[in-house]
Amino acid sequence: MREKLVLIGNGMAGVRTLEELLKLAPDAYDITVFGSEPYGNYNRILLSPVLAGEKTIDDIMLNDDAWYSSNGITLHKGKKVTKIDRRKRIVTTEDGTDASYDRLLLATGSNPFVIPVPGNNLPGVITFRDIYDVDRMLEASQNYKHAVVIGGGLLGLEAANGLKLRGMNVTVVHLMDTLMERQLDPVAGAMLKKSLEDRGLHFLMAHSTEAIVGDEHVKGVRFKGGLEIAADLVVMAVGIRPNTDLAKSAGLHCERGIVVNDTMQTYDPRIYSVGECVQHRGIAYGLVAPLFEQAKVCANHLAQLGYSRYEGSLTSTKLKVTGIDLFSAGDFIGDDSTEDIVLKDAARGVYKKIVLKDNKIHGAVMYGDTVDGAWYFQLMRDEIDVSDLRENLMFGQHHLGDSGHGQTNRVAAMEDSAEVCGCNGICKGDIVKAIIGKKLFTLEEVRAHTKASSSCGSCTGLVEQLLAHTLGGDYSQTPKKKSMCGCTEFTHDEVREGIRVNRLKTMQTARDFFQWKNPDGCQSCRPALNYYLLSTWPSEYVDDAQSRFINERAHANIQKDGTYSVIPRIWGGETNPAELRAIADVAEKYEVPTVKITGGQRIDLLGVKKEDLPKMWADLSRAGFVSGHAYGKALRTVKTCVGKTWCRFGTQDSTTLGIKLEKLTWGSWTPHKFKMAASGCPRNCAEATIKDFGVVCVDSGYELHVGGNGGVKVRATDLLCKVETEEEVLEYCAAFMQLYREEGRYLERTAPYLERVGLSYVKQKIVEDPSGRKILAERFYESQKYAQVDPWKQHAEAEDQGEFVPLSKIG
Amino acid sequence: MSWIEVGELAEIPRLGARVVRTAGGNIAVFRTATDAVFALDDKCPHKGGPLSQGIVFENRVACPLHNWVIDLQEGCAVGPDTGCTRKHEVKVEAGKVFLLPSTAA
Repeated sequence: MREKLVLIGNGMAGVRTLEELLKLAPDAYDITVFGSEPYGNYNRILLSPVLAGEKTIDDIMLNDDAWYSSNGITLHKGKKVTKIDRRKRIVTTEDGTDASYDRLLLATGSNPFVIPVPGNNLPGVITFRDIYDVDRMLEASQNYKHAVVIGGGLLGLEAANGLKLRGMNVTVVHLMDTLMERQLDPVAGAMLKKSLEDRGLHFLMAHSTEAIVGDEHVKGVRFKGGLEIAADLVVMAVGIRPNTDLAKSAGLHCERGIVVNDTMQTYDPRIYSVGECVQHRGIAYGLVAPLFEQAKVCANHLAQLGYSRYEGSLTSTKLKVTGIDLFSAGDFIGDDSTEDIVLKDAARGVYKKIVLKDNKIHGAVMYGDTVDGAWYFQLMRDEIDVSDLRENLMFGQHHLGDSGHGQTNRVAAMEDSAEVCGCNGICKGDIVKAIIGKKLFTLEEVRAHTKASSSCGSCTGLVEQLLAHTLGGDYSQTPKKKSMCGCTEFTHDEVREGIRVNRLKTMQTARDFFQWKNPDGCQSCRPALNYYLLSTWPSEYVDDAQSRFINERAHANIQKDGTYSVIPRIWGGETNPAELRAIADVAEKYEVPTVKITGGQRIDLLGVKKEDLPKMWADLSRAGFVSGHAYGKALRTVKTCVGKTWCRFGTQDSTTLGIKLEKLTWGSWTPHKFKMAASGCPRNCAEATIKDFGVVCVDSGYELHVGGNGGVKVRATDLLCKVETEEEVLEYCAAFMQLYREEGRYLERTAPYLERVGLSYVKQKIVEDPSGRKILAERFYESQKYAQVDPWKQHAEAEDQGEFVPLSKIG
Repeated sequence: MSWIEVGELAEIPRLGARVVRTAGGNIAVFRTATDAVFALDDKCPHKGGPLSQGIVFENRVACPLHNWVIDLQEGCAVGPDTGCTRKHEVKVEAGKVFLLPSTAA
């Protein structure tokens, strides 16, 4: 017989837990749900747009009756549970309906706080919490004129804005002298007040309510000091309190909320709790993102998997008032131990303040231009040292070198037909429609349903903003700790460290050690694991061909029609007639349809059939060529200019230097592709300053540049240092590559790696620590002993042509 | 059509695939970690990518062109993507792989 699970509270957190549970263990429980409201589960954070007339109730329904029945869930709508008998394990409602449970989930949410003043129970005094409240506000807006909203916080301002749009004359009363003082500093608060006043709202700041006036119905509000204003409707929006009544009456330990541990379990092991009613490590959350994280963890334990922990959330805030952009996160006030960076442009209506502590972002508040809010929030959560970004930090992420995507950022102003994802041709309208129509909350969900941001990823920021904009802010952002993939909870860094420390040397032992959820892994983690094992144990690990993406397995680039492209290595881009003749012969012999010069100064033979590859490689190999690795997460090419041998401006022999660099580094596998260049003078014809490692020759030596790339997001290199000899160039190059090989996450190029660890750190490792540099370089040379075997020659000479030929031909 | 022997199971790598060439186009024959064998048209329902070249895990393969994930048993894309490629009967007897190519469109 199946165990019985009862959920009390038919809201977002509770039902989300059920959804997560059904994904993990669809048949584990007979599920019964009690909800006190007469509706299915709806998106409470979108009540403000409903009030403002921008959305309808249907738009915000998340789970309708059909969802419950198709999942075999018994739903009791409009029934309030009043008693939990923990000994008999039975819950009972007001009207005597009861249900027994093996496990109980409490998601009773929160109650709006009603200030204890005379008249607070008069008709016309309401709170702002559910569909019922919205209906009453809409009703009032049709029959009455004057509304008073008590509370100048997030909820109060959203209510006031909605009522104003519905035609009422609205006054907001606030106890403090700054609006939203928990989310905004006085400057941003004043700017917000100004723009709301421009919309016709009235404010009474620093006013304390003494009484609600009226006999049959509310007539006005009186304040301390005697001022009295007229009111036909009073909305109390002064905060929420976790709803712990039921839990307390059942004898569960509660403080401000129902106290739970990191598995979302209460003091009664059969009873779990999630949502706004919960107090976790002393904090009660009122935003959606943390509640969804809790739901995921709770579902994991209800499914008896037992490997997930909730460790608390950092939250950020946005206001759901159309046309007003504000953002805040963390501690944005600061104290003696912090420093501020502030930008204020009153004419443009822009204000930004970033609070730094120990060179890390401690908090941020922004008004008017919140485009970079998500970026600051990420830097804050990841505790990134921002000293190297500091001078450009205030101007936003696109100032770090974005090739034009950064400027198209104001998502609110974008047309529905504006293309957001250039790879897949997805427009703003498509994404917004999917977010609303398919009830999407996370970046991953948008990627799965629309494909936007799922290819090159350069529009990820835009998609996140669209999510925030459409959902009104507190959508589920990527969790702080990002696991490698769905197969594990561990991060890239944890897995790699574990492989090294625990001496894991095969795919299987690594997946077993970390208790991979899917025994085979998936297409995302297998190539990453293969790389980590290979780079950690270069002499011992046996490469797993089936965990390589096809390009690396077939040592050629797959094209859209299933043919391949072949690029022989041409050292430093310098060739000769004999080599060219050999390539021409091969191209003719195998009827190569297209021959193309690549961006990296090599020759590309396109449209080769897979079964011809080994034969072609044999011919190329006889002519002295090795693989160009143009298909791999590996050293690609070293681009060079002709240097001082020919050029009248050349200062050093950049071509020979490039050839030496390529001979040193070819064959090495890296977390992502790795490109180099050597220019003979600062005119930089080889474009060394957009390479992963670039050398710019000068009269007195060699400037070494790192962390650049062209492509989606152009990033110019940072200058690492200047050295005097070619030997030093080679050693620094080997050391930098090895550092990146050991610390870069799979599919992270040197540019984001450098921004993550900081230039100072790389300088410290490579420039300031000569013995450390030598050790890194030594490890690189050691690894190269096993890597510099030409895969083309190997495959061409192999007796079994394996996957390159058909298993058989029939028919 | 009747069952046709196409090769040894050992010739298909675990978590991999091989191609059988037919007059009606290539058929991809997959082998999972547990030695289950599946056969599909070597054409992703998305843009015709060669599924035989993808990474195989559990009973699935990820298309090498745009990373659609196709279920090997039915030949259909895993949600939210939709579309199916034709499947073929395949069996292993005494270490040999036999294919029954489907003639249905």
